[in-house]
Amino acid sequence: MSMAVQPDMAASPAAIRPAAPVLAAVPSGPPPVATVRRQPSPRSYHFKPWNVGRALIWSLFAVTLLVVPLLWTTSFAQTMLCQMGIGIIACLAYNILLGQGGMLSFGHAVYSGLGGFVAIHALNAVSAGSLHLPVSLVPIAGGLGGLFFAALLGYVTTKKSGTTFAMITLGLGELVWSMSLMLPEFFGGEGGVSGNRVVGEKVFGISFGPQIQLYYLIAVYCFVCTGLMFALTRTPLGRMLNAVRDNPERVEFIGYSTQRVRYLAFMISGFFAGIAGGLSALNTEIVNAEVVGAARSGSYLLFVFLGGATFFFGPIIGAVLMVVALVLLSELTQAWLLYLGLVFMFMVMFAPGGVAGLIMMNLRVAAHGKLGRLWTGYLALAGTAATVLLAAAVCIEMVYHLRLNEALGPQMNFLGVTLDAKGLDAWCGAALLLLTGAGLFEVSRRHFAQQWGEAQEEIEREMKRREAL
Amino acid sequence: MSSSVAVSSKGSSPYALELLGAHKRFGLTEIIRGAQLQVKPGERVAIIGPNGAGKSTLFNLISGRFGLSSGEIRLHGERIDGLKPYEINRRGLSRSFQVSNLFTRLSVFENLRCAVLWSMGQRYAFWRFLSNQHEANARAEEVMQMIKLDKRRDQLAMNLTYAEQRALEIGITIAGGSSVILLDEPTAGMSKSETKRFIQLIREVTEGKTLLTVEHDMGVVFGLADRIAVLVYGEVIAFDTPDAVRANPRVQEAYLGSVLADHQAAEAVAQPMGCAA
Amino acid sequence: MDQILINLLNGFSSGLLLFMLSSGLTLIFSMMGVLNFAHASFYMLGAYVAYSLSNWLGFTAALVLAPLIVGGLGALFERTALRRAHKFGHVPELLITFGLSYVVLEVVQLIWGRTPVPAVPPAWLQSSAFTVVQSAQHGLSIVAGVAPPEMCQSAGEAAASCSRFPMTRAFMMLVSLGMLLALWLLLTRTRIGLVIQAALTHPEMAEALGHNVPRVLMLVFGSGCALAALAGVIGGVTFVTEPAMAAVVGSIIFVVVVVGGMGSLAGAFVGSIVIGLLQTLPLTVDASLADLFNRFGASVHEGSRGWPLLRITLAQAAPILPYLLLVLILIFRPKGLMGTREE
Repeated sequence: MSMAVQPDMAASPAAIRPAAPVLAAVPSGPPPVATVRRQPSPRSYHFKPWNVGRALIWSLFAVTLLVVPLLWTTSFAQTMLCQMGIGIIACLAYNILLGQGGMLSFGHAVYSGLGGFVAIHALNAVSAGSLHLPVSLVPIAGGLGGLFFAALLGYVTTKKSGTTFAMITLGLGELVWSMSLMLPEFFGGEGGVSGNRVVGEKVFGISFGPQIQLYYLIAVYCFVCTGLMFALTRTPLGRMLNAVRDNPERVEFIGYSTQRVRYLAFMISGFFAGIAGGLSALNTEIVNAEVVGAARSGSYLLFVFLGGATFFFGPIIGAVLMVVALVLLSELTQAWLLYLGLVFMFMVMFAPGGVAGLIMMNLRVAAHGKLGRLWTGYLALAGTAATVLLAAAVCIEMVYHLRLNEALGPQMNFLGVTLDAKGLDAWCGAALLLLTGAGLFEVSRRHFAQQWGEAQEEIEREMKRREAL
Repeated sequence: MSSSVAVSSKGSSPYALELLGAHKRFGLTEIIRGAQLQVKPGERVAIIGPNGAGKSTLFNLISGRFGLSSGEIRLHGERIDGLKPYEINRRGLSRSFQVSNLFTRLSVFENLRCAVLWSMGQRYAFWRFLSNQHEANARAEEVMQMIKLDKRRDQLAMNLTYAEQRALEIGITIAGGSSVILLDEPTAGMSKSETKRFIQLIREVTEGKTLLTVEHDMGVVFGLADRIAVLVYGEVIAFDTPDAVRANPRVQEAYLGSVLADHQAAEAVAQPMGCAA
Repeated sequence: MDQILINLLNGFSSGLLLFMLSSGLTLIFSMMGVLNFAHASFYMLGAYVAYSLSNWLGFTAALVLAPLIVGGLGALFERTALRRAHKFGHVPELLITFGLSYVVLEVVQLIWGRTPVPAVPPAWLQSSAFTVVQSAQHGLSIVAGVAPPEMCQSAGEAAASCSRFPMTRAFMMLVSLGMLLALWLLLTRTRIGLVIQAALTHPEMAEALGHNVPRVLMLVFGSGCALAALAGVIGGVTFVTEPAMAAVVGSIIFVVVVVGGMGSLAGAFVGSIVIGLLQTLPLTVDASLADLFNRFGASVHEGSRGWPLLRITLAQAAPILPYLLLVLILIFRPKGLMGTREE
């Protein structure tokens, strides 16, 4: 390959490259549309085919963002969609640290929260007339706030790595949260700081009063920020950040200061977190100390991990799950935190790549045409797992009902079925279901693992064969 | 190919690398006791010595991983002791590791490209796309072909075979174009045939550069090195051409005697069978 | 003066409680490289289990049994869940303990409810250990138990004041110091302690020598949790037993280990005492930076620059002082006060 032919990275189906492309396995089809871009230097030209797969995915993303509120038009749905858009930005910003940089932070909410406070103060300044900023740019103020605090606190935080880094972020999170009660001028005391987003002149008739208008603002920010953060992964800093994640020591020996790389990434992450905070401030029109609290930081960690930290799009899935869990699940059952904790623990034990990891593993198998024969195994696995989960949920719900809803009597409703929480038959039935389900699950799991292993071996052999060509 | 080394004008010295009375203490134990070494530019030096002599420690001192307890280390005449590893690397010194120290979840190509970025002036840029950095990409491709891993371009570093990882290790070391290269036991754990191929590779990629390598394989040492430094108990007891070192009685007494006899015996066995191994 | 002495002792006893917690955390971290995020959860669990056992068997039995039960639960967790996460690295191990903290909180709330439970100390812990009497006539003196009221009354010009030191706190200090001694003896004088020390730095070698390192790890994790539970038993009766108790103490113990130096037991001790004092002593100081400046002639008042920050009294700032110390330590002495283990 002596000519400078540059096949764009994502076009190669052979390897799954974590944390870099959105989707690595592009199914083979017609050859990509090629354009020759002439470079100024006369000595070499660089052949850069357009990546149709990637263009398609981004278009799909944009279209989804545009169309989704028209499919679900209730105000509840639109609130959720707004929160998802905000969550996507916040979770992607978090993953700059976790998935791309290998930095486990327990205090991400500090930067999104402080960005929110800066944004609401900016909004109030706009209302008061002392700041001439269109409301649509207020989240940028939030971003700058996040950037400022990340620069301030990040210097100390990024001095250490690994577990110590995690503890420092935890400590700083508590520090900021404790300070929130001591500085009511900035934090607004117990009631927080409120604002009004319907201020200033209407541009094209948009006042951001109706939720749908705010949604589209959020959608624009979401698309742009996602694009920028994706672009980061393809820059020198982004790549060195990955290198720091994989081998922080070696980075020093190839000319880079590990701490500087981490610090810069920390600031960029803080910037985008601040934007998310600013959008959230516009959304709720009130910001209180809770936004910098440990619970929010914890949920960022939880859901980014669940979504999948090793792939770029994992946090997007995580953000959607986060809003669904915090808004929907908490309405459905009182045991939602318990479910969350358990699901998280199981994910860590059995699928540390998260949902995105599971998807990519299966896509890889599909790309090699082996998914077909696994579907029976999957079916069995899904069926038995569902039984176990159902039985466990029944037990948990019954316990919760007995404990927390004593006034309502032992009768409870579970998925439309009336159960007597104190009745022996409900408990025996659930226990029986649980045990048989667990047993069958184990059997189908072993069978599936064997099939999966075989498929993986075949794929490895195939890849070796292709390399030798 | 653009060499990234900024030859320091701070000290004009005929030597590429100097160790002047280097001492290193860990607690109460002194590992390096006044090591003295002066390597000329373009020279190939092999550092040999019994286990525990301090060879890896010496490399760690030179590359900035450990700090000196006393003494000086100079690179192209400029003092580098006390500098951070990345500062030393930016001044034109690169090292490899005895245990492959790769970027495990990046591909072969990405590993090499990372090694190239600083020397290409990329710094901490987050406003440029990697795919547009043609010089860096071309250099990474070039190195990849030099170390013969172009077929494994997109494999993750952790999925490579042992020999491939060692090759990538060398590739990362030389990709930045440093003028002084330190290789810490590059052929550790390799078979005879792999070693032979590897030495040829090392010779090619370090053409025109100053090379220091720690080695145990005497065949490699005597074949590759212009001069040999013998490190025993943290001191350089001899630093001369291979023949002179072989004949040096101090060296024979302290270290080389039995090792050399083993080597000569091995050679004698290999000859009649015509094993070019 | 008596107030000051009592405050000092309060701070000291808080510090010792923190030490009971952070020593377990440090042990687990040194041995296994895992930072047990759920450590404070085991503290809480110890308090609640002791509460239930106390109602049934009495406090003394609870003091012994609760740590054993909770330690057993900890060992069970290590065996089933933590070990599985171990092969993915240290971060997943931390994450799984993080998940456990959520689960334990929910389970505790499920079993014992969301409101504080009345965990009262037993009769023999309910009085004062001693009283410090400050009188104009006799100066400073310490009286065992509760001082008779005559000593505390100011009679005309002879001012007198008394401050009591609760028995629970004295007991806390006693148990903590005893635990420290036992731990030290165990690690340095017994065979199992030697094995633990060896497995601390060279687990593979210890295993190659025939020691069952996984079993040792399970033992260490369980012991760490048992220590936390012991702290919980005493902390539960001295302070409040409620679901929020884990969160209250959780982040502080991480500050303690970072300030003291990760992986150092001596550092954990020093860090605990310092943080304990730092949390308690300032509570009595009702002065702020503004007051300080004004004492020196400046006139800082409501309209001055920086007033929001300057008017904060030390007592109000007490919650954040440990975290400020954390930041300072990180800037000036990143290894911690007595840190040995770098990552």
